[in-house]
Amino acid sequence: MNPIRHFRARYGASPLHLVGHLLAFGVAAFALDQIFSGGDIEQLLAWYIGFALLHDLVLIPLYTGVDRLFRGIVGRLPASGPGAIRLVNHVRVPALISGVLLLIYLPLITRVGNHTFRFYSGHNVEGYLRNWLLITAALFLGSAAVYGVRVVRPAHRHPPVKPVSGDGGG
Amino acid sequence: MSRLQQIRDRLEEPPPGPFRPRFWRSPLRGPWLTSFLGTLLAPGIVIMFLTGLISQWSYRPALGRNATTPVSDTIPALFHLPASWPSWDYAVTQGIHVTLGLMLIPLLLAKLWSVIPKLFQWPAVRSAAAAIERAAILLLVGSVLVEFVTGTLDVEYFYPWHFDFYTIHYYGALVFFSAFLLHLFVKLPTVRHAYRERGVLKPLLDDLEHTRPEPHEATGLAPLEPSAPTISRRGLLATVGGASLAVLAVQVGQVIGGPLRRTALLAARGRVYGTGPNDFPITTTASSARITTAETGAGWRLKLMAGDREISLTRDQLMAMPQHDATLTLTCVEGWSTTQHWRGVPLSALRDMVGASADDVVEVESVQTQGPFRHITLASDQVAASDALLALCVNGVDLSPDHGYPARVIVPGAPGVHNTKWVGTMRFSSV
Repeated sequence: MNPIRHFRARYGASPLHLVGHLLAFGVAAFALDQIFSGGDIEQLLAWYIGFALLHDLVLIPLYTGVDRLFRGIVGRLPASGPGAIRLVNHVRVPALISGVLLLIYLPLITRVGNHTFRFYSGHNVEGYLRNWLLITAALFLGSAAVYGVRVVRPAHRHPPVKPVSGDGGG
Repeated sequence: MSRLQQIRDRLEEPPPGPFRPRFWRSPLRGPWLTSFLGTLLAPGIVIMFLTGLISQWSYRPALGRNATTPVSDTIPALFHLPASWPSWDYAVTQGIHVTLGLMLIPLLLAKLWSVIPKLFQWPAVRSAAAAIERAAILLLVGSVLVEFVTGTLDVEYFYPWHFDFYTIHYYGALVFFSAFLLHLFVKLPTVRHAYRERGVLKPLLDDLEHTRPEPHEATGLAPLEPSAPTISRRGLLATVGGASLAVLAVQVGQVIGGPLRRTALLAARGRVYGTGPNDFPITTTASSARITTAETGAGWRLKLMAGDREISLTRDQLMAMPQHDATLTLTCVEGWSTTQHWRGVPLSALRDMVGASADDVVEVESVQTQGPFRHITLASDQVAASDALLALCVNGVDLSPDHGYPARVIVPGAPGVHNTKWVGTMRFSSV
């Protein structure tokens, strides 16, 4: 067996795979060293791991759970079938967009950085919650309008399809 | 069966919950979706990295005390925005960096959602290569979250940690970008295979009726037991695109400024506080910088130094010198800009007055006693630029104290903090 195949059999991939990974880990080690010389390594690692865990173990279960719940509710409504799917999406889409905006702008909406903001701008953090609520309302209204149009206009009737199972997805 | 064999078999069986393939039900997940989301994200990441580097280099970190990170030439400056270019060049690059960065967040969230089953893949370690790959993925996901979270919190002025933003964001970018390049290299065969199997854009033609799950296979992304689809893949992508557009809509007004600023409903610098000549956004008020009227009143002098020559000028003397007018855009590293009409003495005139050479750099020192940017160094090309000014007036009136009265520097293409306010001393020297 030539050396490369021998390596593959033991390691699980080509030597280039290992070299590439070691390079990336090297860059990471260098970067950590630079950051360390300027700050608090324990705090940094805690935040780093914290972000990853918060996202994977809190955020994702949260929005998939809410989505599942909502689909379950809509699935049980009398008009199940393609109509139910459409309603789900007309609530999902504005909810997702509004939720993402909330996530991105959470510090301004909750005014947590007010002290720093005052320092830099001379003004208070104001009006973000109101603006986000207005935007959310506009998104839902827009979605309701589109839903109304789709329900009312002469339909392209969908061919008969089996009702949607209400407990799917994740 | 031996005891050891029994234990081995037990360990091979995945623990209950997300570790079992049946747990993941969405019919949209699969190699194609992840490949496509990655294909959309990749050019965005490259643009982020380049605009980020351009911003770092525009601080001219090799000069004086300009370096904002421990090693100022980790990636040596290949390029800096010339001061002779239009003053809105930095507004464009940094506006793109912040706005695109925020717009990529919905796409990033979708990508992470599409690969979450892999976090719980069982057995955890199949081979040395697989173990190392999982460590690299941890690095990739951790560093992308660090980059996006530190960047987002910075532009919203929220700093819940003690480490320096510049340091963590810059070195985090190095870690992330190298992990990203490695990830591209490792996943290229998977992406090619997915596109060959299903086409690159073909799945976008499927409406909800025609949406089919991908077969469960080696990648482990496609579900073993998919539920019926409730939204098509193109519907999902349209939603993600809609979220990005929503971010653009509430954010871009603070980059363009002027009448559009008010449209930036959720951006940190989207508010307009007045229509007067001094009512444009500021970073650091006079009181925050602890500037006293004693320091900036009639007793204030601009000290120019070169070699052993020193000249002191009062504000009236500066006003009596030939003035230059320029409409210039000031851009902060947080991605917002403001364009105003400035009037003052060109920096080159001050340089010539004190007898410094055209190749000299100048260390500008503010009257403020604290603050990381109270001394900055400007390069010779920045001094020589015809629109680089020691500004005394804005929009036809004197600068207000918050805007740097009695005098501030304005240099096209320099980040906001290098446009020193409440200037006290300008010391010219050879590099």
